[in-house]
Amino acid sequence: MKADHPQAVNEAPIEFSANTMAEMNRVIGLFPEGKQKSAILSVLHLVQDEFGWVSVGAMNRVAQILDIQPIEVYEVATFYTMFHLDPVGKNVLEVCRTGPCQLVGSDDLITYIEEKLDIKVGETTKDGMFTLKTVECLGACGYGPMLMCKYQFYERLNKEKVNEMLDAMREASNS
Amino acid sequence: MSRKLLIEHAEVPGITSFETYRKHGGYASVEKALKTMSPEEVVEEVKKSGLRGRGGAGFPTGMKWSFLAKPEGVERHLVCNADESEPGTFKDRYLMEKLPHLLIEGMITSSYALGARRSYIYIRGEFMYVLRILEKAIAEAYANGMLGKNILGSGYDLDLVVTPGGGAYICGEETALLESLEGKRGNPRMKPPFPAVKGLWGNPTVVNNVESIAAVVPIVNEGGEAYAKIGIERSTGTKLISASGNLVRPGVYEIELGLSVEEFIYGDNYCRGIANGKKLKACIPGGSSVPILPHYLVTKTAAGTDRLMTYESLADGGFASGSMLGSGGFIVFDEDQCIVRNTWNFARFYAHESCGQCSPCREGTGWMEKVLYRLEHGTGTLEDISLLEEINKKIEGNTICPLGDAAAWPVAAAIRHFRDEFEWHVKSPQEAQTRNYGLIPAPLEA
Repeated sequence: MKADHPQAVNEAPIEFSANTMAEMNRVIGLFPEGKQKSAILSVLHLVQDEFGWVSVGAMNRVAQILDIQPIEVYEVATFYTMFHLDPVGKNVLEVCRTGPCQLVGSDDLITYIEEKLDIKVGETTKDGMFTLKTVECLGACGYGPMLMCKYQFYERLNKEKVNEMLDAMREASNS
Repeated sequence: MSRKLLIEHAEVPGITSFETYRKHGGYASVEKALKTMSPEEVVEEVKKSGLRGRGGAGFPTGMKWSFLAKPEGVERHLVCNADESEPGTFKDRYLMEKLPHLLIEGMITSSYALGARRSYIYIRGEFMYVLRILEKAIAEAYANGMLGKNILGSGYDLDLVVTPGGGAYICGEETALLESLEGKRGNPRMKPPFPAVKGLWGNPTVVNNVESIAAVVPIVNEGGEAYAKIGIERSTGTKLISASGNLVRPGVYEIELGLSVEEFIYGDNYCRGIANGKKLKACIPGGSSVPILPHYLVTKTAAGTDRLMTYESLADGGFASGSMLGSGGFIVFDEDQCIVRNTWNFARFYAHESCGQCSPCREGTGWMEKVLYRLEHGTGTLEDISLLEEINKKIEGNTICPLGDAAAWPVAAAIRHFRDEFEWHVKSPQEAQTRNYGLIPAPLEA
């Protein structure tokens, strides 16, 4: 977690694309005047959409945009588990590991993906194509085992479906 | 087959559009409430309906509404809790994805009843695609005069915003949700003051679950008394049940409260029994925070009566032999499942999701997870089982929010009903790594 390092706060704010800025202004505008901090989770999602992860430089820029202290951004970004605080692969596979999915085979699914990609949970493939993570319940319990990637749910997974899914992701990321 | 008040039209093609939804009777409750009823009359209908909060706690919605403080010149808010994160629960996602306008309609009618002019839907961040569906539906509702200024010429103004979370179970707790909605970490607040007095940005606020808000629509359309006629005792109306685990047909079902558990698990209109021809081992009937029931207490109570899908019947026997309806997250275990492994799994969940604010929860959930890990992985001792009970007692009731209880209860229940299986993991650790314990006999059969 880069925000843990005292020197990290000196990271220069980075700029966001015009599209990201426009969308940020829209979500900030959804809240009453003076309550712009309420948009912080939307804003951090937008940062992650653009860069794949949330760097300290990006958080420092978010603080400027929302007119709050940088620490207010760090404490939020480090609390919510959806935000990646380190660089990740092009496709982050977030496999649900919680009880209901476990009853229908999430342990085996995780092992299968580890073997298939030759990485352990928490690691990224050498080509930077995939990062494998486990997450807690994603609210798809009747359709497990499942995983989420780029806000998309892949449900009732088996080996065949995983193979197809990985191929399709590779192709999409290479084109 | 149960009557469906909420999801009857869920599979109608195009029902996510305003036009199609309207053609199927949508927004009638807004017309009825805004044109013919006072806000107090709407609250009265909800009280008469007996509707109880569908998020898990089961607190009467009408009563919750009547607690809302109404000081002169202070804005009030309605916040919809769409954080759906209780393991085993996925009904709100279904409702919002299939019928976004039903939630919006419920938000308008309910906001009118409460006098809220700025209302919010807080949806878990992982449901971003559902948020997009809701955003589109909200835009349509504005375009058709159901949101914004002077709705249907009634003089009532309402703005509605949907906004995402960022991945935190605790934000399903209403005060943590409000903190999160203010752009902060999701640390639950001390109560009192309750949100009804001091909620979002310090304003009086009602926080209701998605399904509770949607249920206001049929209640206003058909009247609170008609709604209260469905169901049994203090369990009125219909309820969405999320069925998961080892079932032939898992999924979301709308049932009339009072349906038998037997019918729900084995009936042709519902889950159609245990998958792969196996036997039922156990069931968690109301989301991962409620006590697990062994097979012989699932369809019958300890007294031998039929167990029903109601708040009262599922709780029959207290924690000794009952459980809770909770959020309706109905998790079914077949005979091949390991209770120790599953209990460890859920303990890991709570340890991961504890916000860290209260020591008993922060330390206790992590401790329980480690002890259960030992038991599951063959290095536990018999003392570990008593240790778990000890830690349990020290968490329960000693935390700001109910996450501590939610973490403690399932472990206590698992040990209460499956102690032999826990002890077997200690006494035969190698065997426990290679096969499952199987079914435990009911006390009378033993």
